[in-house]
Parts: sequence; C-alpha cells; structure tokens
Amino acid sequence: MSSVHDWTPNNPVKENRSGLIGKPVDRYEGPLKVTGTAPYAYEVQPPSPPAYGVMVGAAIAAGRITGVDIAEAEATPGVLVVWTHLNAPPQAPRGTKAHPRSSAGSRPALESDRIFFFGQPVALVVGETLEAATAGAHRVKLTYAADTPDVDFRASLDRAVSPSGEEDIEVGDFVRGFTSSPIQVDETWETPIQNHCQMEPCASTVWFEGEKCIAHTSIQMVKPAQHGLAETLGLPRDDVHLLTRYIGGGFGGKGQTYDDLILAALAAKALGRPVKVAYTRQQMMHGTIHRPATVMQVRLGAEKDGRLNAFSMMTWTHCHREGNFTEHASNFARALYAAPNRLTGHRLVKLDLPGAGPMRAPGEASGTLALECAMDELAEKLGLDPVELRIRNEPETDPENGRPFSMRQLVRCLREGAQQFGWDRRLPTPGLVREGRWLVGMGMATAIRGNFLLPAKCSFTVDADGVITVRQGMTDIGTGTYTVLAQIAAETLGVPLGHVKVEIGDSEFPPAPGSGGQFGAATAGSAALAAGQNLRTAIAELATGDEASPLFGGRPVDVTFQDGVIAIENRSETLASLISRAAPEGLTVEGEIKPAQDAREWSQQTYGGHYCEVGVDPVTGEVRVRRMLGVFAAGRILNAKTARSQLTGGMIWGIGSALTEGNAVDTRYGSLINQDLAQYLAPVQADIGDLDAIMLDEVDDKANPMGVKGVGELGNSGAGAAVANAIYNACGVRVRDYPITPDKLLAGLIAKGL
Amino acid sequence: MKTTIHVNGEARSLDLDPRTTLLDALREHLKLTGSKKGCDHGQCGACTVLVNGVRINSCLSLAVMHDGDAVTTIEGVGTPEHLHPIQTAFLTHDAYQCGYCTPGQICSTIGMLSELSAGAPSQETPPGAAPVLSDAEIRERMSGNICRCSAYPQIVAAIKDAAKVMA
Amino acid sequence: MRAFTYERAGDAKAAVKAAASTPGARFIAGGTNLLDLMKLEIETPAHLIDVSRLNMATIEATLDGGLRIGAATSNSTVAADPQVRARYPVLSQAIVAGGSPQLRNKASVGGNLLQRTRCAYFYDTSKPCNKRAPRTGCSALEGLNRNAAIFGATDHCIATHTSDMAVALTALGANVETLMPSGQSRTLPMLVLHRLPGETPEIETCLETGELITAVVLPPPPPGGQIYRKVRDRASYAGGLASVAVAGRQVALGMVAHKPWRASAVETALASGASPAEAIAVELEGASPLGRNDFKLPLVARLAAAAISEANGRGA
Repeated sequence: MSSVHDWTPNNPVKENRSGLIGKPVDRYEGPLKVTGTAPYAYEVQPPSPPAYGVMVGAAIAAGRITGVDIAEAEATPGVLVVWTHLNAPPQAPRGTKAHPRSSAGSRPALESDRIFFFGQPVALVVGETLEAATAGAHRVKLTYAADTPDVDFRASLDRAVSPSGEEDIEVGDFVRGFTSSPIQVDETWETPIQNHCQMEPCASTVWFEGEKCIAHTSIQMVKPAQHGLAETLGLPRDDVHLLTRYIGGGFGGKGQTYDDLILAALAAKALGRPVKVAYTRQQMMHGTIHRPATVMQVRLGAEKDGRLNAFSMMTWTHCHREGNFTEHASNFARALYAAPNRLTGHRLVKLDLPGAGPMRAPGEASGTLALECAMDELAEKLGLDPVELRIRNEPETDPENGRPFSMRQLVRCLREGAQQFGWDRRLPTPGLVREGRWLVGMGMATAIRGNFLLPAKCSFTVDADGVITVRQGMTDIGTGTYTVLAQIAAETLGVPLGHVKVEIGDSEFPPAPGSGGQFGAATAGSAALAAGQNLRTAIAELATGDEASPLFGGRPVDVTFQDGVIAIENRSETLASLISRAAPEGLTVEGEIKPAQDAREWSQQTYGGHYCEVGVDPVTGEVRVRRMLGVFAAGRILNAKTARSQLTGGMIWGIGSALTEGNAVDTRYGSLINQDLAQYLAPVQADIGDLDAIMLDEVDDKANPMGVKGVGELGNSGAGAAVANAIYNACGVRVRDYPITPDKLLAGLIAKGL
Repeated sequence: MKTTIHVNGEARSLDLDPRTTLLDALREHLKLTGSKKGCDHGQCGACTVLVNGVRINSCLSLAVMHDGDAVTTIEGVGTPEHLHPIQTAFLTHDAYQCGYCTPGQICSTIGMLSELSAGAPSQETPPGAAPVLSDAEIRERMSGNICRCSAYPQIVAAIKDAAKVMA
Repeated sequence: MRAFTYERAGDAKAAVKAAASTPGARFIAGGTNLLDLMKLEIETPAHLIDVSRLNMATIEATLDGGLRIGAATSNSTVAADPQVRARYPVLSQAIVAGGSPQLRNKASVGGNLLQRTRCAYFYDTSKPCNKRAPRTGCSALEGLNRNAAIFGATDHCIATHTSDMAVALTALGANVETLMPSGQSRTLPMLVLHRLPGETPEIETCLETGELITAVVLPPPPPGGQIYRKVRDRASYAGGLASVAVAGRQVALGMVAHKPWRASAVETALASGASPAEAIAVELEGASPLGRNDFKLPLVARLAAAAISEANGRGA
C-alpha cells in the first residue's frame, strides 16, 4: 500500500543542488511564443493543402430540426461538402466504448434532429477556402419545431434537488446553533453564467496517413480526446494520434472535445485531404461549456467575540438537461472556518442551456464571492477587523471531519498580506476616504483551494549529446508545464537547462491527466521526478558497469550528477561521453506517480489572503481597482516566475467576476445575450491597477514527493470578494448580485443618499 | 484579385478572393500564422499588425485594400534567435502565459510607443498635455489587446523595460 | 461573407456615381464596422467602393474660424490633431473614449458617423430585429435591454447610437458635408443627419443612396469649457452605458437614443438660469425608460450635471 510516508526520503528536487527548483527561469517555449512561431492547432501545416470546415449552430434551444435545405449551400462556389444529421457519415452511438478501458466514449456530431441547446452544431460546410465555407454555412437553411425552452434558472430554484449521490453535510445542529447566536448574518448572493473566453477558439486540424488519423487539436487532456475520437470514428485507439502542443488558454473549458475535432476528422476521412475546423468566437459562447449561475445563501451565527457558533452555505445551481455537472460552490467552505454547528450542500436543476462545466477554480470562484463577503458583513456587525475575525475562527484541524491539515499557513498569509498592503491604514467606517472624484476603500478576503494528485507517467531519454528529452502526454495551457518539467529534469539529472528538451501534448507519450484542477504541475512533475530518478539509476548502473568509464566498479548509489558531469568523488566523466560510448542509441526509462492511499487522512489545501483597494465614483457608480496584493502558501514553488503569473492571472479573474463578467439568458429563446468579446467583458489592461502576488516558503510533504501544490486556481479564489468588500468600505454599498456594474452600485449609492 | 503587399520587407503578390481579410491572407495564404485570430471582429486585438507603421486589427481589414502597403507582422519583428527588445522584455517579465495574444500584444506595443512619442493623446492624457509613458497611459493604450490569462501587470513591466532599452 | 465585387474609387465624383448606379453598392473606408457586420451577413453588399484613398483626409481651418475634417481622416488622427486638441478638446476626448487604439487608427470619421448599433439583438441573426430585417419585430423590446434608448424610441426599435465622436460633434454643432450622386454637394447639420427609429429603424440617416460623406465641419468653438464623460462597464474598450459631451452651454448625450442626443432642453434651461442639475432634470422629463434601463435616468442626471458644472468651472 502506498503512503505519503513513501515520499519522505530525499530526492533531487528536495535537495535542489543546482538551485533550479523554484528559480524564476523564463518559459521554455517563450522564444516561440513571443515570435509567433509556436504553432497552435489551426496553424499546424498539414502535408497537403487543407480544406476548411465551418459549423452552423442551432437557432433554437430545444426541439427538432424539421426541414433541411442545403441546395444553396452546396451550390456556393468553392463548397465541397455540406452535412447535417441527414447525411453525416455514420459514427458510433453516443457513449460507445468499444474498448472497455477508454477514458471517453463516443461523442457523435450531427447526431440527430434533436436540439439540446442553442448554438448546438447542426451542420458542417467544408470548402476549398475559409471564405467559401463561411459563405456556404450562411446558406444552410434549417427549419425547426421549437419546444418552449426550460431555461429560467431563477424561476426554477424550487425544483432544484440535491445532485445525484450527494447529501447535505450537517455537523452538530445548525439551526439551533444559528438561532441561539447573538450575532447573525443571513444573506444571499447571486453569480451569473460566465464564459471562459480562451483567446484561442477551439480548433482542430486533422488528416489521415493511411488508416491512421493525425489530429492536432486544442485541448487540456490528451487521453480522453484520443479515446473519444477513436470511439466516435470506430477506430482502434492506436489509430488516432492526437497532438496538442500549444494551447491558447483552457481554464477548464477545453477539458473535453467539441465537434470541431470530430467533424474535422470525419471530413478529412471523407475528402481524403486535411481539414481544419474552428469555432468562431460567437460559436464559442454557446458551443462550449460555461460556468453556471449560482444562488448562494450564507448564514453565520457568531458569539460576541467573533467565534462562529453556526455556519451554513447552501448553493443552488444548474446544468444541462443531459449533464451531471455541479458547481460545488459550498465545498471549499467545509474546510475553512471553525464552527461547531455546520450545514453545507448543493441544489441542482437541469435546464435546456448549453453545457455547464468547470471554469477556473470551479466551486471556489463562485463560493468565495458569497462566503468571504458574508464574513466581511459579520466583521462589521461585530465591530471586529475582518482579518482578526478570520484569525479567531482558525481551526486546529479540518472543521468538518477533524482530519489534521497537511500544512496550513492561512493566518500567516493574512498577516503578511495585511502588513505588506498597509491594511492598518484602512478606516473601518465606510465612505470616509475621498481622493478627487473617488471614494477609496480597502477590502480583504481569504483564498483556499484543495490540493490533488492523480496518476501519471513520464519518460526520460538521455542521448549521446547528454541531452535529456522529457516526453509526457501532458499539456501546457499557459500554466508553465513545459518550463517546470525542464527544471525538474535538469535538476534531477544535473544538467544545464539548455540540455533539456520537453515534448508534451502527444497521445503516443506516457499518459498524464492533463491540465486542470490545479493538479497539473504536482502530478506531471512528480511523474517526471520519478522518471528522472529512474534514469539516474540507469545511468549510474551503466557507468559503474562500464569498464571504459572512470566510474567503473563504484557503487551506483554513490554517483553524483552535476553540471552534465557524473562522478564518484574525484572520478568523473561527462554524461555525453558515457552515453555516446556505452549507449550511443540513448537510454530511455519511464517513471510514474500514483496518489498515496492514505493521502486523504490529511486535509490538503492551498491558502492565501487577498487585499484590495478600490476607488468608487459616487456620481456614476464606476469602480476602479487601484491596488491589489495576494499572499499565498501553496507548497514548494517550482518556478517563482510562472507561478506568480498564474496567481496574478487568477486574481485578475477575480476582478472580472466582481466587476465586469457575466452572461444572461434570454429566457424566451434560451440563448445567452453576450455572444462575443464586445458584449462579454473580460477585464482589459485599464481595469487592472498595481497588482502583485507573493508566495510564502512552504513544503507540503503530504502532497507528493516534491512537496509542491498547485497555484492555477488559488489566485482566483477569494479575489472577487476582496474587491466587493473594498467597494463596501469605499462607499458603504453592498451589491450581492455579481458583477457589480455601475447601474447596480448607483442604485445603492442613491438609496444611501450619496 | 491581384494584390501586392509588402510583408516584413518582402513584396508578396497574391491572387485573392476580395473577401479575404488581411489576417486570413497572412495566416492562410502566406503561412504567417504569428498573427492570431481570437475573435475575428476587432474585439480582442490578437490579430494586431502594423500597416505602414500603424497598428490595426488585421481581421477587420480586407487584404485587397492593402495593395502596395507595408505590413509588419510578429514574424518581421524578431526571431527566436534574434529577439526584438520588446520580445526579450516579454520573455523576461513573463508577460504572457498561453501565448496566443502575445504577437498582437507585441505588435501593439510597437505601434503604441510610436503613437506616444508622436504625442497622440489617450483618455489618460491630461487635456493639452503631452503624454508620458506612465503605467496608466500604458494600461489605457494597451487596452485594445485582451489577455485572458491576464498577464497585464507583467505586460506593463515588460513595456516599461523595453522602452528604456530602446530609448 | 457574401461574395461581392470590389473597386478602388479614383475620385469622389466617380465613387458616388458608381454607388448610385451599382445595385447593392456600399462605400468602404476603414471598414471596422462594415466588415464586422459583413462577416455575420448582417450587411451583404454586392459591391464595395473603396474610398479610403480619396483625397479626403485633411484637417484645415475654415475662413470663419472653424475646422474642416476630411471624412477619410482616421479617428486617431483627428484626436491627435493639435488644432482639435487645443480648440475642440471635447472631440479629442470623445474619440479616445471609443473603441481601441487599433480600431481608431483604422476607423474613418465618415464611417464612425455611420456605424450601426451594438444592440445584441441586432447582432444575433437568429432573432427578430426590425433594423436588421424590417418588419420582423423588435426582440429587444421585451428582452435583456439594459442598454436601450430612453429618448425617442418606438416599439419598432429601442437601439442606441453608440458613437462617442458623434456625441461631441453634436454638442459642438458640427455640420456634415456630402457629395450626392448628381455631383452636387450639400451640408447637413449633425442634428438632422441621424434619424429617430419611427417605424423604419432600418433607415438610420437622411443620406440618399450613393451619397458620400466628404467632411465634417466644425463651427468656431463656443465659449466655455469642454468635457466628454462616458460611463461603461469596463474601464476601456467597451461601449457606453451613457455619455455626455459639454461645450460651454451646449450639451449632447450619448447611448441614450437612436441618434446622438442634443440636449436642447438642458441648454434652454441653462440659458434661463437653471442649475446644471435642474437643467438635466428638465431634459429627462422627456425620457421613457423601459424597466431594465431605468438606471440611465439617474446616471445621465448625475453624469451630465457633474460634467456641465465641471466644464463651466463650478467644480464637480
């Protein structure tokens, strides 16, 4: 049985002799990205000129296609193929797993006349040129029998039920604890649907080499994409070679395949030539998943000294009619603050909306927008500093299940942040600080996000030049995977960074789960460390067993690796000289990581504290973030530069959630109102003031052999609440319906007589 | 339609469908895929290139309207072996993550710095005053380039650094 | 995009003649709005006449002390022009509040005036829209219409005109010079260039088929301070919720109507001694909000009062 204690022995990452672990080195693939020479999926040059596929989305949210007229589309000059459900090539029925161990089943496109959501791809037009295919797509004429879409989330709260297989979790007696508490907060927050808006829309370039399907696509997880495509096409899994080398943002939205991949493959097969298919920006908004809306009720009952006596967080949310995704916005709260009486749970309603799914910090991103503002409201009622309130409710062990924390530096994050930000200059009474046209206020919030480790493999090859090549079916969606794998390899094998090559995003490499849930670096990196250690052993055995080596006859365990040189005390040679002589074809080994079976005996989280200063224009309700600082504790940091970018990026997502981002459903049509980047407002440069993230020293030995945890989601958790709390401190208005746009804030300002 | 565009210093003659945008001409006809398609509607800035030294959204411009124009794309700014100072600054400041908006950010920076040195105002420029390379001016002037990874603070730092090097 | 033919006009007279005689012809200069709409097939011209290289991109002083701005001048060039910045700062400020630098570098003055609404239902071609598809209905009327007009709307259309530049030009009392297909030129006040929707929201201006905007002419600036203020959901690169342009005692409002809204009731009230707040309240008596856009009344009231006060030196 595996145990976290297996990770106790020293290893090259812990030793960090070259100091590469944690070093803020530039991104491995950076020179390609800043010169525009990193090819993303639509830009891969196929072996022969590609045809261009353009999809058509459904104009209704529920119902059936009753009429299909593709004559004009087919007659459009340059159009090669027009497919709807009536003439699309056969595909395996949905969910088919011909291979029982496939990580995804068949996902046929243009499956039937049924419409499940607005914008569902209902036709494909392939043309000689993008212009021809686009024009053809506009000529596809479909008629529908529309059902009244069931899409009104706010009107459906009564029918929401506990998600399948889930129950509310109650500890103690919440109602009794709450009603007997002298100080109470009972408020409800609402968050809207949000869209990922990755800068690169989903895209695929596919061709066949004989029976083998070569598919370049933009996706966070390699294996399910490969398996799902093979199952859909009815191919043996090894006949699909899926590649995803550069990915223009994922954020959870590219955790699954979409119809671009399936349709490009079907068309490439049918036409016998490469085919490229991309979603348009407009199609992305409905055609890919979104973060669902939530309604969250938080009830806090406290003693007069601020200690929580009762705590409850209930979340209502929605997912697609055929889906089973739940935005678990209450989950994080279970591990956060001490309170003897606790009640948390979720209610889910299924609607005729596009698919709900994970989006950066699923759960926390929404949930902290409620709980961390509720704590701010409680602090005010108590007349207590918001930081102090959190410290007073700091639990000794996990407040829900009593498990010990693997590592918890929340209080240190909060104190460090308060000091560095100048929190002591905050006036507790709102509305007292004015600078020019701005009312100025400060707010803070806690960040928390769980830590996970998944199974993964990795291979390391050393060649005759002493160059280490890392290969892994892992992805880098901008997270820094390429770079941290190179650092781990260089540190483990004692070679300069320039002697490491990293090849990822390929289904023919040892599998890794991909990028998501903040588990990527820990998971992929731990497998890389294992592969590196195995390669060290293999190299040491090769050298000590090679009569021509100065190390011959020594003990493999005594071999050191430094600066491309292997040595036993003063006997040494370069790695290149050993391999070129003793294994000129190179040496390849694999390594793997598996979660420890006792890992869940500890409560494993990452933590942080956000501090924010905003200006509010009391005339117009406009808000500007002036300063923001996050202090985080997330285990050993592999690369201080890329980790900081992950954290600051997450913080800015929090600003977007607080101020600008959201989508709304027109319930008459079942469609989203914001269908492009002019309407859906992700933050721009001008929305962001002075903003930074600090990482505390930490090593979490219960997390994995390296003691690292993730940072990709953590920065987002709590960030928006710090903004909202700062707005309240600036002007005395609480808006509990996100985002806090000028119209909503203005109503509050007027109500206060401002 | 026959169109000749001077791309990165080289005359490129193309026979184009009038519907072809400058962006698609670069990406699909000239295989210069550094300019990115993020929205295809002038709403993100990923397609930013310099036309006769001025930054524009190449997605919202017909290629045939650029007959005789000089277009600079990211491929004409620098190469992995010979980076432009702005590219170096983006690299060292980690002013990008997924990299998809990055070529547009860098081309936009070049255009922005020349606009600023010519005295063009932004909404951050006090009336009647000459603009200076402040953080607020950089933020406002770079707001036409969305970075969903949100490397915004790093981009500001990179631009300030690059401007010093280039001065 | 639907297929079209393309020609580059040699001179303005040939351009208007071609536009009048070729079915489905449209002028293109910057193209930043037209191509946006053509890609969605909201606009489907059969023929494009490129007027971007005509000699219409100069800015010159007029004999009466005003300024004449060629219609093909880029928005950026106008905003940066020393005469504009010195004498018409409201115009410079309005321009740099719109779009992005890249868009402003490409967009022409004439095209900016003729840009079409950003109403989400106009852009979603699966929905009824009288402006896009006449007599199909207005889906915004009962829809998510937070950004709809509060002045001059009808049941046929509640869309707003979203240009910032046009609001400043309206406050400045600018005129628009055009060339008609006949070869005659004419001058239109900004006030009459754009229409209210009435029953035909697809008709947005009083321009005739083939008529080309050749210049915008500014009268000498009115006495008093000038200011442009715009409120939007994002700090930059976003359409407005409301805006106000003030040039002395001349005031125009943006994003509140199907056209840039000259606040003549404000001006009358100010002339008779009303305070800025009192004056804008008079204007807003004529507003008819729809529910979701009710907030525009207090927003416009507060924004305009603050801007008028600031421009006229009474502090914010």
